[in-house]
Amino acid sequence: MKIHEFQAKEILRRFGVATPRGQVVDSAAEAAEVCREMGGRCVVKAQIHAGGRGKGGGVKLAGSPEEAEATAASILGMQLVTPQTGPEGQTVRKVLIEEALNIASELYLSVTLDRATGKPVLMASASGGMDIEEVAAENPEAIVREAIDPQLGMLPFQARSVVKKLGLEGATGRQAAKLISSLTAAYLAIDASLVEINPLLITEEGDVVALDAKMNFDDNALFRHPDIREMRDLAEENPLEVEAGKYDLNYIKLDGEIGCMVNGAGLAMATMDIIKLFGSEPANFLDVGGSASQEAVQNAFRILISDDTVKAVLINIFGGIARTDRIANGVVAALQEMPDVKLPVVVRLEGTNVEQGRKILGEADFDFIVANDMADAAQKVVAAAKGVA
Amino acid sequence: MAIWVDNDTRLVVQGITGSEGQFHALGCRDYGTNVVAGVTPGKGGQSVDGIPVYDSVTEAREATACNASMIFVPPPFAADAIMEAAAAGVELVVCITEGIPVADMLKVRAFLEDNPTRLIGPNCPGIISPGMAKIGIMPGHIHQPGKVGVVSRSGTLTYEAVWQVTNLGLGQSTCIGIGGDPLPGTNFIDTLTAFAEDPATEGVILIGEIGGSAEEEAAAWVKENLAKPVVGFIAGRTAPPGRRMGHAGAIISGGKGTAQAKTEALTAAGITVAESPAEIGVSMARALEK
Repeated sequence: MKIHEFQAKEILRRFGVATPRGQVVDSAAEAAEVCREMGGRCVVKAQIHAGGRGKGGGVKLAGSPEEAEATAASILGMQLVTPQTGPEGQTVRKVLIEEALNIASELYLSVTLDRATGKPVLMASASGGMDIEEVAAENPEAIVREAIDPQLGMLPFQARSVVKKLGLEGATGRQAAKLISSLTAAYLAIDASLVEINPLLITEEGDVVALDAKMNFDDNALFRHPDIREMRDLAEENPLEVEAGKYDLNYIKLDGEIGCMVNGAGLAMATMDIIKLFGSEPANFLDVGGSASQEAVQNAFRILISDDTVKAVLINIFGGIARTDRIANGVVAALQEMPDVKLPVVVRLEGTNVEQGRKILGEADFDFIVANDMADAAQKVVAAAKGVA
Repeated sequence: MAIWVDNDTRLVVQGITGSEGQFHALGCRDYGTNVVAGVTPGKGGQSVDGIPVYDSVTEAREATACNASMIFVPPPFAADAIMEAAAAGVELVVCITEGIPVADMLKVRAFLEDNPTRLIGPNCPGIISPGMAKIGIMPGHIHQPGKVGVVSRSGTLTYEAVWQVTNLGLGQSTCIGIGGDPLPGTNFIDTLTAFAEDPATEGVILIGEIGGSAEEEAAAWVKENLAKPVVGFIAGRTAPPGRRMGHAGAIISGGKGTAQAKTEALTAAGITVAESPAEIGVSMARALEK
């Protein structure tokens, strides 16, 4: 799960991380008022889940409350397009109004899981504000890495060592070390999968402040953080994905034309891949779960075809424990309740009782295109989507 | 021969009184696995279709000498169940449970560091040595005793590959799903090491997916250490970056973990990478003929 910048900063403040003074608003009038409270100079920041907001014109400095009002009015409601949103962009519904600080330098800080070592790792760089992936690719030694023992957290000597490598000294260095410890404590306490501060600001006065904040969470651990779960903003998510989530279906909208319904995540990815090999593109990732029950198939199908970019559907089920004949019955029943489905539907069933399963599909009222194996299925569905089946 | 699971396996099922635990405990027994005990705290003294249930793994081990465990405990309690089995001295623990928090698995990792127990999973289909025993949720009948070792991060995609191998008459020595989580107990290299030493395994199929760097590490290991033919497949070429594709571990983040990088690493190690998931079995057959 992702949250907004203003929410991430709220959480970080609880752990003692310094952030700029600020307030989130959803109207231009409020923006002017908050700017006045900040002393008449402020930064207006669009709150959407995607990164790269500055590049898209979603972050602007305002020199007066009037300017803040005008800027907020132009940003609120806009479709903000960033390198991470896709071409259609994301609607801005809230802006964060923050005091404008005097920037001396910008650093980078993050904590995430290092899967190779099986430990959380803090990454820091003196080149903040930039795309850290570029820094990592071009100049990997510019990134300071410190492995964290999850039971012990960031030990003071480790934080001091990171600070020294970043070239920070004196009171600024001490503030930075404290912030590094607080950030790590937050990461561990709230089951985050990523906390990132980019940039971490050193002000002209020598203070260390988290100017931006990004936080992602381990979905599997949300059950023990009800307060964080409430921060979820459904308006930021694809409506079909939200709908699928209600039925425990794993659905991700993609840009192609073949709707896919598969049991199991690995097979679902492989099915998308083979569609591409045969010259088309998948419209979605959809895992209906290992058992592929009739209810799951039915809900999945409804969601799948409500995407109007879908030109043909491929159902690929490997019946393991769940018997193929039962799955076939589920697919048939699902389609009988949706008589207005006119799309070509290719079905590939494999596994237990596959002969009976194929027979059920063949005798059904719906005109299924039955495939014998994965390659056959991919070929048939791509042909059907192109209207030559 | 096979690895880790065979005719000497004596299985305890943790969470046996739940519907899934019961269903799959009996499924394993039907396949021929020697299921000697179940564990559900507070339900000791009961039995599930003749399988005695104990309150703790230690009690189960004392009474039945179980040497392997299969876990169906719900996610909030599953990490504890793994550590309980390891503390009781069970040699092999297979955790089927999906959805264990990463922070809990970090504790399990630390706990297992000084413990000889082997953990497979979590979030995995399990392990099967065809004709001998299975510990997991995979359909036994698609397997066939034979010479191909299969190791995979996936479930149904593994069945797909296994089915192709069976239809070609090659059969499998042992098939292992190491699971779709970011921190698996057993990794590709652990499994490849065991396959290298197993005389029954003549070739290996390695099925990876996007996310992490386990495939790249496995490729480097194969290049230096494994003389047997290896066929690879990587799922998720068409997966967009930054999105979790079902499995908690299947995510391209920070530009890392792409299918392309993994395919290149495998190819550079001399591994035949099947371009299509429909050609995994055929590629293995060709590699074995060489």
